[in-house]
Amino acid sequence: MKMSAGIASGPPLAGRGAVSRLACALVQPLLSRVVRRIAARHPSLFARLGPHQATDFLIDPVELPFALHLRPDPQALVFRAVPRDAAPRAGAVIRGRFMLLLELVDSEEDGDAAFFSRDLEVSGDTEAVVRLRNALDDVDGSIAEETARMFGAPGRAILARLRRSYVAT
Amino acid sequence: MSLAELICPAGTPAALRTAVDAGADAVYCGFQDATNARNFPGLNFTPDELTETAAYAHARGTKVLLALNTYPPAGKVDLWRQAADLGVRIGVDAFIVADMGVADYIARIHPGTRLHLSVQAAASSPEAIRYYCESFGVKRVVLPRILTIPEIRQIRTEIPCEIETFIFGNHGLMVEGRCSLTNYLTGQSTNMDGVCSPASDVEYTRDADGSMSSQLAGFTIDRFGPEEKAGYPTICKGRYTAPHRREGYYAFEEPVSLNLSRLLPDLIDAGVHAFKIEGRQRSKSYVRGVVTAFRRAVDDIRAGRQADIADLVALTEGQKQTQGAFETKKWR
Repeated sequence: MKMSAGIASGPPLAGRGAVSRLACALVQPLLSRVVRRIAARHPSLFARLGPHQATDFLIDPVELPFALHLRPDPQALVFRAVPRDAAPRAGAVIRGRFMLLLELVDSEEDGDAAFFSRDLEVSGDTEAVVRLRNALDDVDGSIAEETARMFGAPGRAILARLRRSYVAT
Repeated sequence: MSLAELICPAGTPAALRTAVDAGADAVYCGFQDATNARNFPGLNFTPDELTETAAYAHARGTKVLLALNTYPPAGKVDLWRQAADLGVRIGVDAFIVADMGVADYIARIHPGTRLHLSVQAAASSPEAIRYYCESFGVKRVVLPRILTIPEIRQIRTEIPCEIETFIFGNHGLMVEGRCSLTNYLTGQSTNMDGVCSPASDVEYTRDADGSMSSQLAGFTIDRFGPEEKAGYPTICKGRYTAPHRREGYYAFEEPVSLNLSRLLPDLIDAGVHAFKIEGRQRSKSYVRGVVTAFRRAVDDIRAGRQADIADLVALTEGQKQTQGAFETKKWR
């Protein structure tokens, strides 16, 4: 468990303009593939979301040049990268450093502890956030590892490098 | 020496398996309804999930305790009775109950079923505990977090059942089982609906200076500075102003977690039979970390070794910990 001074003291937000749009275009095919695969392998995840399958979540990794828009509707899944200045109006916003968010998805870190330490910020519909957290926490195994495996050796190498760089910061 | 069983939280099937694998002697859990005091959105078990995961636990020698630890509103007992019947069919090892009517139903309809008295019953005197034992056959009491170790040692000599105490986690002890603060603001009852500070009524806002405000049902109950650690959005741990206190202050309790890791040998010596870790609403990461640390500590103590307690402060509320009343009545 890492402790820090929280994201309030983190890097300034990027994620606007042409660079952001280019980054979004590059990652979008990967995101679509990832979310379809996760949904197919973990269908029980949706039951815990209840009425918030239709909620628009904005997941905001503060050091990346874009945010992520998630609508976890099993009939019409949305998971896309969006420039921050073109983000949709979200029902709930979850904000933190990218690797923290990834570790929360994988239950390598505890969401409440990250909230207490101010490394994680949530706003909007708190019930939606709690449901999403509990749904993801009930997934056995590592979604990050699963995702990395989808892309073979390069995927695993990128994940390992991300983890190393996070530990180093 | 007591057995020092480790009783561990499980909010989801995956958390239950995590607790079992980390060395829990027993796990406690609840259904997805008002029958338990962690009736949070997206949490808890369907009957099918509990059937499946109870089998997982039992196959590994871990007991499963079902929390039916809320109070049915008058005349609306069916949900609790159905949950008890279901728990018996699933084969849980004990029920954790608070309400006398629920205890009475299980004792009469399912004789021989093991009953534990929830902390929500707030039974803190030998007389009260004996009443539950004699009337409903209660085999274990989970003590309220208001007693010192000498008091626990004394109570142990005066009651005919086992004692369980909390050792780690949320330290919200506002007259346990009687707190109506959430109900006052939201209309939902901690005691009867099973939810303190329902998430649907909670809102966080980030202010321009990096501060964060937490609101419950539209009332601001705390505001944390940019570098300040945060706590749960519960009224009892809110920070308020008053005519005699112009600066915000914690009027009831503070955002702090219980951690009795250093008192484990004394608690065992006092005759405490089981140690409870709070946190069904927490993640698998929390369950894995806390259960692993206390499993190792209890095993060390049982083997006569110095317990090596991992640093768990990062998992505590407000990143602060206390030994509370277990150490001294003057803790607050």
